[in-house]
Amino acid sequence: MIEIDAIDGRLLRALARDATQSAGALGRRLGLSQPATWRRIRRLEAAGVIRGRQLRLDGEKLGFGVTVFLGVKLALRGRVSLEDFERAVTAIPEVQTVEHVLGLFDYRLRVVARDIPDFERVLRRRIMTLPGAGEVEANVLLSEERLPGPL
Amino acid sequence: MLDDEDRRLLRYWQAEPSLSQGELAERAGMTTGRATRRIVRMQELGIVQGVGAVIDWAALGYAVEVSLRVTLDKTQGNAFDAFLAEARKVPEVIEIQTFLGRVDVRLSIIARDMAHYQQIYRSRILGLPHISEIEALMHVARIKTSKGLPL
Repeated sequence: MIEIDAIDGRLLRALARDATQSAGALGRRLGLSQPATWRRIRRLEAAGVIRGRQLRLDGEKLGFGVTVFLGVKLALRGRVSLEDFERAVTAIPEVQTVEHVLGLFDYRLRVVARDIPDFERVLRRRIMTLPGAGEVEANVLLSEERLPGPL
Repeated sequence: MLDDEDRRLLRYWQAEPSLSQGELAERAGMTTGRATRRIVRMQELGIVQGVGAVIDWAALGYAVEVSLRVTLDKTQGNAFDAFLAEARKVPEVIEIQTFLGRVDVRLSIIARDMAHYQQIYRSRILGLPHISEIEALMHVARIKTSKGLPL
């Protein structure tokens, strides 16, 4: 874990919005020189604070009109290996994220589909047939916003 | 709206968001000029929204991540708007999603440790307006994180 100051915080906020900005342009906005900005970015990357970069696409404009979050409970716990379930679920292209959680469900999946019939196809053919999949709860995403967090 | 070359560019870009336009063109087997024209067009259409840095909150000392699934008291006409407006003011809330389903809203909350989480939960979350039910899912591990679309 590294200590960050207020300038690092502003730098992270700016990079989360747009990671393609040059160190020079970022530095001008933050009142830093180009090399000083570059050194701060390198330090944040080296410490793993910047985990990577992500291309943001408008799914709807690309024909993916439906995003559904699935809570999945494993059936017959103990007899099915988590690894088998995780390997199989990770391989499904429509499954964008898989999180292992504690609580009402064992896994939380983010699934993208063209429309509701397409989602039903993914659910029946891909999700329900996963090794160990038990109870499934679906919630259709209506809106989503990401916030800057405590920076 | 998009042809195979556009989709090919997006596939490579999604897989490696840090690629320059020149590198991207090379992978997709086209000239940089051709790739750039296509990328600019997709940006103008709003299909490509940008590239953002992904922050690893654990590296900043936020070891705990909890998903709070909230059901609202819908007999109150403004329940959604009032709840969302107040939830946005909590710095540790990093994501807000609304759903059609059993759950109305989901908040992603980060905290330094369980004691810190408990403090946020008691002092900030329980005071949010129009909550009728809350369930918590504690985040254990990310199994798949690529939010890529199956293009």
